[in-house]
Amino acid sequence: MSGPSVLAAALQDVLIEPAPGFEVPSIDWAGIAPNLILMLGSILLLTVVSVLKRRVPSWFAPVWTISAAVAAGCAVVPLWQRFADTGPETLVGGAVGLDGFSLFATVVVCIAVVFVALLLADYLPRESLESPEWYVLVLLSASGAVTMASADDLIVLFVGLEILSVAAYVMTAMHRRRVTSQEAGLKYFVLGAFSSAFLLYGIALTYGATGSTNLAEIQAFLAGDVVTQNALLLGGLAFMLVGLGFKVGAVPFHSWAPDVYQGAPTPISGYMAGAVKLGAFAALLRVFVVAFGPAYRQEWQPLVAVLAVLSLVVGAFAAISQTNVKRMLAYSSINHAGFILLGVLAASAAGTESALFYLLAYTFMAAGSFAVVTVVGRTGEHRQSLEDYRGLASVRPGLALVFTVLLLSQAGVPLTVGFLAKLYVVTAAVESGFDWVAVVAMLTAVVSAFMYLRIVATMYFADAPEGAPALRIPAATGVALGLSVVGVLLLGIVPGPVSDWANEAVAQLVVAAP
Amino acid sequence: MRVEVFTFLVAGAICVGGALGVVLFRNPVHNALSLVATLFGVAVLFIAQEAYFLAAIQVIVYAGAIVILFLFVIMLLGVDQAEAIERDPFRLRRTITVLGGAVLLAGSVAILLAAGQRTTGREAATAPLDPAVPDVERLGRAIFTDYVFAFEITALLLTVAVVGAVVLTRRSTGTPIDLEEFPDGSAYDVWVSDHPGALVDEDTADADADADGEDGSGDDATDTGDADGQDDESADSEVTS
Repeated sequence: MSGPSVLAAALQDVLIEPAPGFEVPSIDWAGIAPNLILMLGSILLLTVVSVLKRRVPSWFAPVWTISAAVAAGCAVVPLWQRFADTGPETLVGGAVGLDGFSLFATVVVCIAVVFVALLLADYLPRESLESPEWYVLVLLSASGAVTMASADDLIVLFVGLEILSVAAYVMTAMHRRRVTSQEAGLKYFVLGAFSSAFLLYGIALTYGATGSTNLAEIQAFLAGDVVTQNALLLGGLAFMLVGLGFKVGAVPFHSWAPDVYQGAPTPISGYMAGAVKLGAFAALLRVFVVAFGPAYRQEWQPLVAVLAVLSLVVGAFAAISQTNVKRMLAYSSINHAGFILLGVLAASAAGTESALFYLLAYTFMAAGSFAVVTVVGRTGEHRQSLEDYRGLASVRPGLALVFTVLLLSQAGVPLTVGFLAKLYVVTAAVESGFDWVAVVAMLTAVVSAFMYLRIVATMYFADAPEGAPALRIPAATGVALGLSVVGVLLLGIVPGPVSDWANEAVAQLVVAAP
Repeated sequence: MRVEVFTFLVAGAICVGGALGVVLFRNPVHNALSLVATLFGVAVLFIAQEAYFLAAIQVIVYAGAIVILFLFVIMLLGVDQAEAIERDPFRLRRTITVLGGAVLLAGSVAILLAAGQRTTGREAATAPLDPAVPDVERLGRAIFTDYVFAFEITALLLTVAVVGAVVLTRRSTGTPIDLEEFPDGSAYDVWVSDHPGALVDEDTADADADADGEDGSGDDATDTGDADGQDDESADSEVTS
């Protein structure tokens, strides 16, 4: 036997051969491919730009980001086939769930990444902020969102949430020349860290009560045992609801949202409304509806009902009194969070589907709306007030039309996706017996419609102010606007394929093979 | 009293006392040192649970490395600077905050008391561990089996943190462009004292902002700026360029 092979054999003994009785979980690389593409995409981008430095052309980072997101989206297709053939699975030792829910959420995150990359491609040169770190952080946070949406373990969920949030804190503060951006970043960071502590405490209490952090094991434990003293478990549920409620921006944990949405660079605000909300809602659905749903539904549903009603009402009424369009959209996102909470509240398959469909719809609406705000804000983002939208229809008829469609969709006008999204969640809530919450939701929809129509009226029926600087719509932003409008109308008129797809996207928990 | 209970009570008191110190002391150095007490108390609790390796790591990594790093940062920033914590001017909000905190504390204590002796019905969670398997091995097994994915993606979290830290500590070029949104003018003074020497770029910054045609803060900027910025300007101009 030659020298190297002896060495290799020895290495194999020492390094690769596990200790007796030590079974390393098999890692199904194909199963976590979408997430891996996002992770590796960000790390490779970081490596390439730090090696090549200035020699990297400016189009490289956005194109790379969009390619990574599209590739991750495409990687979902074979996995969906696999899910359709063999049913839900749990991978990597019970840490990652592969089911329709996680795959659907992955696709929505990828869509949000494409939008934010398109917007950043024009926004960063305009604000003289060009640097590849934006795209690195976008991809990293997207990976965090996917991790949350597919987490089968509370620890994985927490780490995913932190990846998502820390990247979002940094991106919020990354407009170095706007003090508001840095103030927003700091505020978001401090309050976010506080809420993470709540979530972590909740996880600890839940672990104490059930003896596991694995969602499937928690579900099985609660199905098989009756906990006689459940104070620990209820405390855990309540604290986790606070932590996740903060991330989705539900009232009364919403106080950060208006300031952060207003201060953050506008494309990032759109991304937060899309991907960050999605990650948190996916976690909420997985933990509350799936893991605690069967046994503890009666306990958490009243709490979620209160959060939903408060979010709906506060979001709708506070939005009316705003004069800053970005803040209006921030409050409206709180109202939307209330609607999505209806889907959570239903605690049924229909509820989960409708919440997912709403999140997909809202990703399109938010990306498009914040794209308009980006364009109208002009260099330095000084023009965010309602005054600056006066007469937009005469200056830029196309832009005004796009914004009108997006706002009408947010208001829930038929033939747009917003209508169907609202219809589905309200139906799901009524089916689960929460008629009164559904009534509140519909009333607040009317109230917030007033706010949306106020913006539309300002654009169409007011005179444009004299001497406002010219309005330029750069190419990539134009593409993003076009995509969002096409998405909103297409999904609104022909929802069939996507809503069928969402119908199969129900989270399921599989106990890991021992 | 059994020795475990006694150890627990003492270590718990150290933990809580340290935590209170972190919040209540006014001097940031004292805050950081109180944190050491909390972390040390947790290490003692680990020893009481026979998790010796974790206790050692707790002391070495947290007390030894992280708090020392905190102290470095505090010292580098200057101890006096961190004194500028103001009390919340809204009395109502302060009251609500205190009340909320008290309710939360009472709730947490109630949860733990109500839990009593039996909370889970799952004996294994409290049963003694097998003494034949050392705790290092046990930890290794947990990390590389059940929690391997969480363990690996923590690397991603660290990457985010590093990228974020590098990006946010990079010095910005030019004056802030949205100071008119802070009508009392305090934001500007804070910014100038945070960025000594940055006013070198004043001309280019104004040119940028004026292209938009509405930068109102440019003039005030030069007036108020010189007084604060001058002494440090020479020292820091190299950093900015």
